Amino acid sequence: MSTFVSLFIYGLSEGAILALAALGFVLIYKATGVINFAQGEFLLIGAYTFYTAFVILRLPIVVAALVGVVAAVIIGVLVERFILRPMVGQSHISIIMVTIGLAGLLSALVQMFFGTQPRSMPPLFPRNQLEILGAHIPANRLWVLLVAGIVLTLLTLFFQRSKHGIAMRAVADDQQAAMTVGISVRRVFALSWALAAVSALIAGILLADVTTVEMNLVNFGLLVFPVVILGGLDSVPGTIVGGLTIGLISQFVAGYLDPGLAEVAPYIVLVLILLVRPYGVFGEKRIERV
Amino acid sequence: MTNEPTPVAAGDAHLRSAESAAAGSSPAGTTGPGTLLTIDNIEVIYDEVILVLRGMSLGVAEGKIVALLGSNGAGKSTTLKAVSGLLPSEQGEIASGRITFAGEDITRLDPADRVRRGLSLCMEGRHIFGHLTVAENLQAGGYTASAKEDRLDFVYEFFPKLADMRSRTAGFLSGGEQQMLAIGRALMANPKLLMLDEPSLGLAPLLVEEIFSTIARLNAETGLTVLVVEQNAQTALSVAHHGYIMERGRIMLDDEAGALSQNPDVKEFYLGIGAGDKKKSYRDVKHYKRRKRWL
Repeated sequence: MSTFVSLFIYGLSEGAILALAALGFVLIYKATGVINFAQGEFLLIGAYTFYTAFVILRLPIVVAALVGVVAAVIIGVLVERFILRPMVGQSHISIIMVTIGLAGLLSALVQMFFGTQPRSMPPLFPRNQLEILGAHIPANRLWVLLVAGIVLTLLTLFFQRSKHGIAMRAVADDQQAAMTVGISVRRVFALSWALAAVSALIAGILLADVTTVEMNLVNFGLLVFPVVILGGLDSVPGTIVGGLTIGLISQFVAGYLDPGLAEVAPYIVLVLILLVRPYGVFGEKRIERV
Repeated sequence: MTNEPTPVAAGDAHLRSAESAAAGSSPAGTTGPGTLLTIDNIEVIYDEVILVLRGMSLGVAEGKIVALLGSNGAGKSTTLKAVSGLLPSEQGEIASGRITFAGEDITRLDPADRVRRGLSLCMEGRHIFGHLTVAENLQAGGYTASAKEDRLDFVYEFFPKLADMRSRTAGFLSGGEQQMLAIGRALMANPKLLMLDEPSLGLAPLLVEEIFSTIARLNAETGLTVLVVEQNAQTALSVAHHGYIMERGRIMLDDEAGALSQNPDVKEFYLGIGAGDKKKSYRDVKHYKRRKRWL
């Protein structure tokens, strides 16, 4: 029982981080139709900017987080403005190749400045062991879960209720019609890239707290694909459920079966979902009505 | 002017020659003070090769309903897209001429700025946001407006049906309900000029009547200026004050709506009423259709 509880909590916290990273991916796909293969690198960049501000520059944690957010917004907007916007109207394959190129560029930049040595960060959250139903859980896992949960809730509310969230969904639905009601499509594109970079930043920071700051964070970013395929490429709630599910699956497989198998388990899910329900569990089937 | 010995348009219709259209003469009776929108001799080119509007001029007086009629491919929708700034999103551009709205040159303005200035377009084929609810569609329509709650009440007053369906997903509404939503959404931006592109598309005659009577009510009760593009010429002329007839990228004829619907050429070519005021029937397979060239 105690194994189950600890695997469950580890899985949830990992899944919540995954959901955050994947949410950025879904935001971009929904609003702009671009499949962003550089989402994992956004996560990496986010973790390293925060590391720079917090550890190297010794800024207080709140200030460091703000620096990270500002940097993420700037990177997101710049990428949209100078890399993706010139590609408007190009084929999907070209755009995918551009984001793959961007991924290589970003990770190379990180290696250039920080090298490949893992960096350790002072703990952001208390690490005392808590006893829950007989299982010993480090408190920071619960903190990570809490922070990720709050951010996900805020983003969902933003999407559902706010003026700009509705504008983003309107653009995702019909770009020309969005123009006729006075929504600036360019601004919405910039906003979705900025939000994607910020959610990747937060995911990166949380992940760095439970592991270390290193290049391998990119591999975690790759897990975004099983998450979005499972949840449906264009569904926000689907992404959250997908993230938690993939997190739980990989923890349970690692705990009960084999840690090696846990590495591939998410991709087995990916293939199965593609075979059975290609638009994902929560994905929208396009409403067609004339 | 015409290739066949047909009678020249009756009434005081302004049948203009190619030269005067090319010279950019503004349509008679619709410019000067009180004109909200002036299109002055614009040329629109798609993809840098296809010339769609060739010296198109038109004026919309404040507080009036103006109908823009013409056959398929005449350039009616392109005209509305030029006015609302949507051409760049379709690889089109205004090569020459200018568009003035409320005294300001808006020829190259961003579409969002045009909406802010009070110019709203309700696109052909409705284009509602299918995955959003009715209320969210209206909220998106009020993206640029400040007093949203008042506008919402205003739209629900003119389209009470929408109020009952506010939480339903817009994509699953019927065609007529979607059209009402599309008009309601355009009204949310608090426009001075509402442009409607084929509001009757694919709707049952009763619904068409309902939509047009709402348009007439909006105009009468709030003074809203309307520019409506229609295939359904008869219905459009029944609510409009003024009408323009478009053919191959320019205006061929314009007149008071009443006079226009009495014009024998308009009757024959756009209202489908031949000599003897008999409606043509599709059954007469071999019926002879008189062709008319305006230039």
